[in-house]
Amino acid sequence: MTVTQLQALIGAGKAVENHRPVPRAIVSESTWREAIGALAAERCSLLGLWATPGTVHMAVCEGSEIGVLSLDCADGHFPSVGARHPPAIRLERAIADLTGLEAAGAQDVRPWLDHGKWGVRRPLGDRIETDGPPPPYPFLTAEGAGLHQIPVGPVHAGVIEPGHFRFTANGETVVRLEERLGYAHKGIEALMAGADLERAAKLAGRVSGDSTVAYALAFARAVEAATDCDVPPRALYLRALMAELERIANHLGDIGAICNDAAFAIMLAHCAVLRERVLRFAADAFGHRLMMDRIVPGGVGTDLGAEDVTALRGLIKTIRRDFPRLVQLYDRTASLQDRTVGTGHLRPELARRFAPGGFVGRSAGRSFDARMTVAYPPYDALEFAVPTRAEGDVNARVWVRIEEVEQSLGIIEQILASLPAGDLIRDIPARGGEGLALVEGFRGEVLAWVRLSDDGTLAHCHLRDPSWFQWPLLEAVIEDNIVADFPLCNKSFNCSYSGHDL
Amino acid sequence: MRKTLLDSLRGPLTETPPLLRDGEAADLARAVDRVARRRLGRSLAIREVDAGSCNGCELEIHALSNAFYDLQRFGLNFVASPRHADVLMVTGPVTTNMREALERTYNATPNPKWVMAVGGCALDGGIFAGSYAVVGGVGEVVPVDIHIPGCPPPPADILRGLIALLEAAR
Repeated sequence: MTVTQLQALIGAGKAVENHRPVPRAIVSESTWREAIGALAAERCSLLGLWATPGTVHMAVCEGSEIGVLSLDCADGHFPSVGARHPPAIRLERAIADLTGLEAAGAQDVRPWLDHGKWGVRRPLGDRIETDGPPPPYPFLTAEGAGLHQIPVGPVHAGVIEPGHFRFTANGETVVRLEERLGYAHKGIEALMAGADLERAAKLAGRVSGDSTVAYALAFARAVEAATDCDVPPRALYLRALMAELERIANHLGDIGAICNDAAFAIMLAHCAVLRERVLRFAADAFGHRLMMDRIVPGGVGTDLGAEDVTALRGLIKTIRRDFPRLVQLYDRTASLQDRTVGTGHLRPELARRFAPGGFVGRSAGRSFDARMTVAYPPYDALEFAVPTRAEGDVNARVWVRIEEVEQSLGIIEQILASLPAGDLIRDIPARGGEGLALVEGFRGEVLAWVRLSDDGTLAHCHLRDPSWFQWPLLEAVIEDNIVADFPLCNKSFNCSYSGHDL
Repeated sequence: MRKTLLDSLRGPLTETPPLLRDGEAADLARAVDRVARRRLGRSLAIREVDAGSCNGCELEIHALSNAFYDLQRFGLNFVASPRHADVLMVTGPVTTNMREALERTYNATPNPKWVMAVGGCALDGGIFAGSYAVVGGVGEVVPVDIHIPGCPPPPADILRGLIALLEAAR
């Protein structure tokens, strides 16, 4: 059997015990540099980059294989990943803001999450109290005759999360977009440290409210991996049921909202009705419209009754009846297609380099879907396809969502047909350990990494939103598009601000 | 498209407005002075400000515009600028990074104005209270007239609060 590059990198380091289910190794600086080379050569893709006090960690994926490389930074520095592999740039800036560990050789050393308003610097490292006005933030420049800037946000015109967009335009054409994020930073990693599992699970479920099921599931799976705890089969199936309902609800909302941003309001009206029906079912069956706090470490805190099964079958029937007509309406309206086809094109080489998850990646030639690639239960026992497109435009991102709704309906039917009986939850033993989990949320894979203390509380928890590798690509796809198409592009990406800002 | 359009005319989905809880309108009436009531009539323009929420509240605020709740039938509209707004609907624990933006939005809103804080975080920071990056509640930054609890509050609860504000303003 040939050894993959990832196996060689892991093998070159010192294996860490009690890290599950994938290996973690403490590596030398030269192995760290080799890993950067593998990322830059696109033999591996970056899944995450984060730091614990004095150590920086890199989660890497090669095919379906995943591993974590850790480098101790004796002098507070580590060789920059971002200098050769741009997807890491913002993660490194965030590491510097939160812990003070610096990426040596990085080109962009501006702060990212730290706007100079926390009253403290390096809150996860050696804290330094600060006060006084925040330092100025220099935006990247674009120069030439006739260019003008349009600053947008952090308070937007619609009901949208906070973030700042700095457009430089030549007439109607966007020459450069630069995002400035961090406005929704709540300090979740610091709040996690020392928290018990119950509180930590609630925090995880509030990293990005639209993905509360995906986050709760990723966190629970990481904790279960760290403590080597099995989950009852019925809980596994109910978790997947909730995850698919969340996916359907969000995709329905997105499809409607994208069309609405092209001034085609009837799609939003109809899609919003279907979305509302899904949320009402969730409220009736699970007691919460967004299914917050229903997935907990060890299992689930809710069950599906016989009446709920009937209601769910009715819901699926309604969506199967109404949704295809909306899809037809979308597909046959030339004026709408005129806005979505060819708009916001993501080049395949950028998609390969940034390895974005979800509909952003899968509409531009990528196929990664954690449900299929990692195949965590119960997806290993379910039949489904991973829809992909190659075009990389707004239209392709709509179509991947449409086809994923259809797949998710099929998954739910299989879950209803094979839902095992039995317990819902198992006690998590209070013991130390480290765990990593990757869970497919509606916008892509959520990475959760936990380190548990011996008393079972959280020593550290890092949650990486799929948006980290999607936001930078939004800057790329808007170039040469008109300013008026930005809402359309932005909605077709639908990145999370809160999930990214943590 | 014609068939979809015609089908949407079959019977409305819109539900009857939620009933106010005891004292809800009366509490607000005290906050809404007589001059303001005359000026506003029966219409409120709402500017939503996400002051660092998890976006759960935003999802439910969006839902207010769907056919079931149909916010606009009450004369309630979301507007694009605080300059056009009577009500600021604020979510989130108010992150320190959003504090200034919230203050400036409030100052840009003409008088008379009301602030509705939506969600558990907006009351006291909720689960994020105590963080170095969180101020801890909308009331710490701008005066709050009405608070809608919940994590996130369901659309019916937000709607009830808005109708109470309208009743008080009438």
